[in-house]
Amino acid sequence: MATTSKGLFGSSLARKYWMAATGLFLCTFLVGHLLGNLQLFVTGEEGKLAFNEYGHFMTTFPVVKILSYVTYISILLHTVDGIMLARQNRAARPVKYVKENQAANSSWASRKMALLGILTLFFIVVHMKSFWYEMHYGTLGMDANGNKDLWTLTVTAFEQWWYTAFYVLALTGLAFHLSHGASSAFQSLGVNHPKYTPLINKTMTAFAWLIPAGFIAVAVFLFVVQPGQAL
Amino acid sequence: MDLTLKIWRQAGPEAKGEMKTYPISGVEEDMSFLEMLDFLNEQLIEQGIEPVVFDHDCREGICGMCSLFINGEAHGPGRKITTCQLHMREFKSGDTIYIEPFRAKAFPIIKDLMVDRSAFDRIQRAGGFISVNTSGNTIDANAIPVPKENADKAFDAATCIGCGACVATCKNSSAMLFASAKISQFSLLPQGQPEAKERVLNMVHQMDLEGFGNCTNTGACEVECPKGISLENIARMNRDYLFASLSSNK
Repeated sequence: MATTSKGLFGSSLARKYWMAATGLFLCTFLVGHLLGNLQLFVTGEEGKLAFNEYGHFMTTFPVVKILSYVTYISILLHTVDGIMLARQNRAARPVKYVKENQAANSSWASRKMALLGILTLFFIVVHMKSFWYEMHYGTLGMDANGNKDLWTLTVTAFEQWWYTAFYVLALTGLAFHLSHGASSAFQSLGVNHPKYTPLINKTMTAFAWLIPAGFIAVAVFLFVVQPGQAL
Repeated sequence: MDLTLKIWRQAGPEAKGEMKTYPISGVEEDMSFLEMLDFLNEQLIEQGIEPVVFDHDCREGICGMCSLFINGEAHGPGRKITTCQLHMREFKSGDTIYIEPFRAKAFPIIKDLMVDRSAFDRIQRAGGFISVNTSGNTIDANAIPVPKENADKAFDAATCIGCGACVATCKNSSAMLFASAKISQFSLLPQGQPEAKERVLNMVHQMDLEGFGNCTNTGACEVECPKGISLENIARMNRDYLFASLSSNK
């Protein structure tokens, strides 16, 4: 048998490997990001200085810098690959069904990955403009230790109800995206085993809801407590 | 029982199709779905209307010829059955039933509800076989030990009848469940090993060429498959393809 294959670039399966690999990497990024955010539960001057110190570390430490570039590339690849997949999938059924009972055989989130992904991407753009761009290129004040005052920028943003509401909505969308994607990534990479798959699925489902819940908890805390007003 | 049928009518591959409504009475609950369509066609012929074209052959759920997207599901409501095994007792008098062809770019409509599924044949030809010596000294398959579990899984994969319900059901018209079953039935057995890498690479390549969509792992195919082919097969194909891509010489 002569072999014909596009290998790890361009074939339908390869596109899914890249989706899965970048998606899982971004899941690990979420864990790191959330751990950083949890520091916002510490209010007052002490919390402010520690958070800004952390912000300085995250934007200057070389290992973190490399990881951040991998994160940018992953977001880009995940997006471009996702758009290509969605376009192909759409083209694979030019004439739609008149009546289609999809609820009978699949979950809502699993069918709406592209939509949830676009919502998440839109959030990422807004979110990066709010904090990442300001931290890197904006004009931020300095705190008592001479670090850029990312803390004040952050807590002020979440004092606005609409910003917090948008954030909660976006993170809820992300939770649905992950509720399918995080465990589905393992299947795409060929990891399916009667002994491990039930555990993987349970773990990743818990991950999908708990991680966004953690982000939301911080945001709601900032909105309710308004720690910026106290200083 | 009295029913209202809404059926996709399309004169030919290039013709514009549309849903047409046919009221029908006198349908018995013991009729199979295909018998009900036969019954309809007899009436249409008497009225001088062209009968509805649909695929069928064995009418006992083993050939994979019957298709139809009934009320929004491949092979209609009910699990692990083909359309020929669906009976009218699943419906009640007064129901409106939507009957559409399996929809996919790779399954072009021939006429009405009949679609061309030869894309599946081409995927099979790309590697869904094993090369054996047939010149009189063929090795008896039972002479090679196979773990019972693998034999069972290979058999389960081999029960795929190639009906195309997976493609019809998938929101992406993906043929992953079919292709993975046809790959798995050999990759689980020692006889399939010599050509394992070429098989998975070639069959996936052919599947892509046919214009099927990609897999989103919604799991809809497994639910609607009349033979209950497992998603485990898709994962097996995914890892076989990954390892084959990494380790093949080309």
